[in-house]
Amino acid sequence: MNINHIKKEFPIFDEKIQNNDLVYLDSANSSQKPKVVVDRINEFYTKQFSNVGRSVHYLAVAATNLYENTRTSVQRYINAKDQNEIVFTKGATEALNLVANTLGQNFFREGDEILITELEHHSNYVPWHFLRKSKNIKINFAEINEAGEITLEEIEKKITPNTKLIAITHLSNVTGAILPVKEITDLAHSKGIIVVVDGCQGAPHLKLDVQDLDCDFYAISCHKMYGPTGLGVLYGKKKWLEELPPYQGGGGMINEVNKDSISYGDLPNKYEAGTMATAQVIAFDYSIKFLESIGIDNIMKHEAELVEYGQELLKKNNSVKLIGNPRNKGGVLSFTLEGVHPHDIATILDEDGVAIRAGHHCCQILHDKLNIPASARASVGIYNTKDDLDQLNESINNCKKIFNIE
Amino acid sequence: MNLKELYQEIILEHGKNPRNLRKTEGFNKDAKGNNPLCGDNVHVYLKLNGQRIVEDASFEGSGCAISMASASIMTDLIKGKNEHEAKEIVEDFLGMIKENPDLKSENLNEDEKTKLMCLSGVKQYPMRVKCATLSWHTLVSAFDEKQEEVKTEN
Ligand SMILES: Cc1ncc(COP(=O)(O)O)c(C=O)c1O
Repeated sequence: MNINHIKKEFPIFDEKIQNNDLVYLDSANSSQKPKVVVDRINEFYTKQFSNVGRSVHYLAVAATNLYENTRTSVQRYINAKDQNEIVFTKGATEALNLVANTLGQNFFREGDEILITELEHHSNYVPWHFLRKSKNIKINFAEINEAGEITLEEIEKKITPNTKLIAITHLSNVTGAILPVKEITDLAHSKGIIVVVDGCQGAPHLKLDVQDLDCDFYAISCHKMYGPTGLGVLYGKKKWLEELPPYQGGGGMINEVNKDSISYGDLPNKYEAGTMATAQVIAFDYSIKFLESIGIDNIMKHEAELVEYGQELLKKNNSVKLIGNPRNKGGVLSFTLEGVHPHDIATILDEDGVAIRAGHHCCQILHDKLNIPASARASVGIYNTKDDLDQLNESINNCKKIFNIE
Repeated sequence: MNLKELYQEIILEHGKNPRNLRKTEGFNKDAKGNNPLCGDNVHVYLKLNGQRIVEDASFEGSGCAISMASASIMTDLIKGKNEHEAKEIVEDFLGMIKENPDLKSENLNEDEKTKLMCLSGVKQYPMRVKCATLSWHTLVSAFDEKQEEVKTEN
C-alpha cells in the first residue's frame, strides 16, 4: 500500500490551507473525502438525478437501483446476514436515537436499567437519558481503568438482574480503547441483555463482522468513513427491526393508509420515512468500494503503525501527557500539555496547518472522570503519514516555546 | 494571522497568573458563564457598595490563556468603577473585539486601554472570540442579576 498514492486520491491535500500544506489529524471528528466520492455526488446530480422508490420513469428506477446497491455494499462491508438489516439514517446520532426511541416505546419498564460506559460519546448517552426521564429507568456507568479501557470484568461487575440493555462504543473517540464487543455481547446475551454498539470509530478503522460480534444494533457514521455528511447507517438484527415500531412517520414507510387505519411498509422502508439523503447514499457506495480497494487489513496495519509511532513520539516529549494507554488501541492520540490549555494548543497548531480537535469531544463524562476540562486530540486516517506526526510533535514544541515551557 | 499578536507577553502572564482568581468575600452579585462547545466556564463575583461602585470583582473558572487573561484584566479594571461606567466599558470592549479598530470609552485611561488592546489579536481568530468575551457577558449578567447561565453562541 502506497500512502502517497492514496493521499493523491483526496483533492483537499492539493490545497494550501492558509499557505500551509494540510496536516489533517481530525479524522475521528470527520474524515476527508476521496475524489471518487465527491465526483459521484456531482455526477448523480448532473446526469442521473431522480428521487428513489416513488416513480416508474427510467431515472427513478435507475436511482432506486443505485440507492439499493449501496445497501448491498454496506451489508457486504459489515457482513450482515440480510440487506434488510441495513437502515439509512442522517447520522450515527439518528441511528442511536432510532434504537432508543423505538425500543423505548414498549420494551422498557420502570426500574429497568441500561448499562453504558464512561467512554460514551454524548450521542450514546443522551438518547438513553431521554428514556431515563420518560420511562423512569436507571442508567449505570461501567468505569474506565487506569489505561482508559473498559474491561469485560468491569461490564460483568456492573450488570444487575435489572439490566435490559448495554450500549457501548466499539472504539473510544478519546482514549482510543477498543472494547471487547464480542465478549461483552456473549456475556450479555447469556443474561438476555440487548447490546447496542456505537460503531462510529469502529467502522472506518476496524474489520467488521456484525454476525461475529453478534451485537443487536450497530450504528455507523458515514462522514467518518470517507463518505458524505448527513448520512449514517443503523444495522439491526432482522428480528428486532421487524418487531420494533417505526421511528418517524411519513411517505415511503407505509403500506396502506386509510382514514381510520395505517399499516407500515416492510423492511427497510419501514425506517426510511420521507425523502432520504439520496445523493449521499449513492456516493457512499464509492466510499465503501474505495476502502475495499485498499483493503481493511492494510488500513488497520497502516493506522496501527501510525498510532504506535505517534505514541512513542509524544511519550518522549516531556510535558505532553497522553490520555489513556490501552493495550488495544485505535488511531486516536488525546493529550494535554502541562501549562497550555487545549484551545491554545489547537490555535497554535493550526498556524502550522496542523488540524486537531480541542475540547471534550462530546465526552464530558470521561473528561470529568479524568478531572480535566478539555483535551487536545490528534486522530489519524488512511491518508496520514509519519511525517504528519513529526509535524504534530514539532508544532507542539512550538506551543511550548510560545508558552515558555521546557 | 499572527500568533505573536494573539499570545502577547501580557496575555501569557495574565493567563498563567490570573488576578482576582478567587471568590469575593461578601459578594452581592454573581453570575455564571459557560462555553458549551469548549467546556470553558467562569463564575464572576462582584461586591457593589451603596453607590453601585465595584468595591471588589473576582472570578473562578477554567479555560484557555485568552479567556483567563481576559477575565483577569477585566476584573482588575472594573474595580472602582460604578455600574454605569463598567457597562459602558463592556460595550466598548465588545465593540472593539468585533469590529472597532480601537477603544473609545472615556472611562478608561490610556494604560487600561493599552492592556485591553492586547486582547485585540483574537479578532483574527473568529473561533477564539468567544473565549475573550465570555467573562464580559457574564459580568453584565451579574450586574443585571440574571439567573440563567450565560452561554456563548456556538
Ligand atoms: C463515538 C462517536 N459516536 C457518535 C458520533 C456522532 O456521529 P454522527 O456525526 O454521525 O451523528 C461521533 C461523531 O462525532 C462519535 O465520534
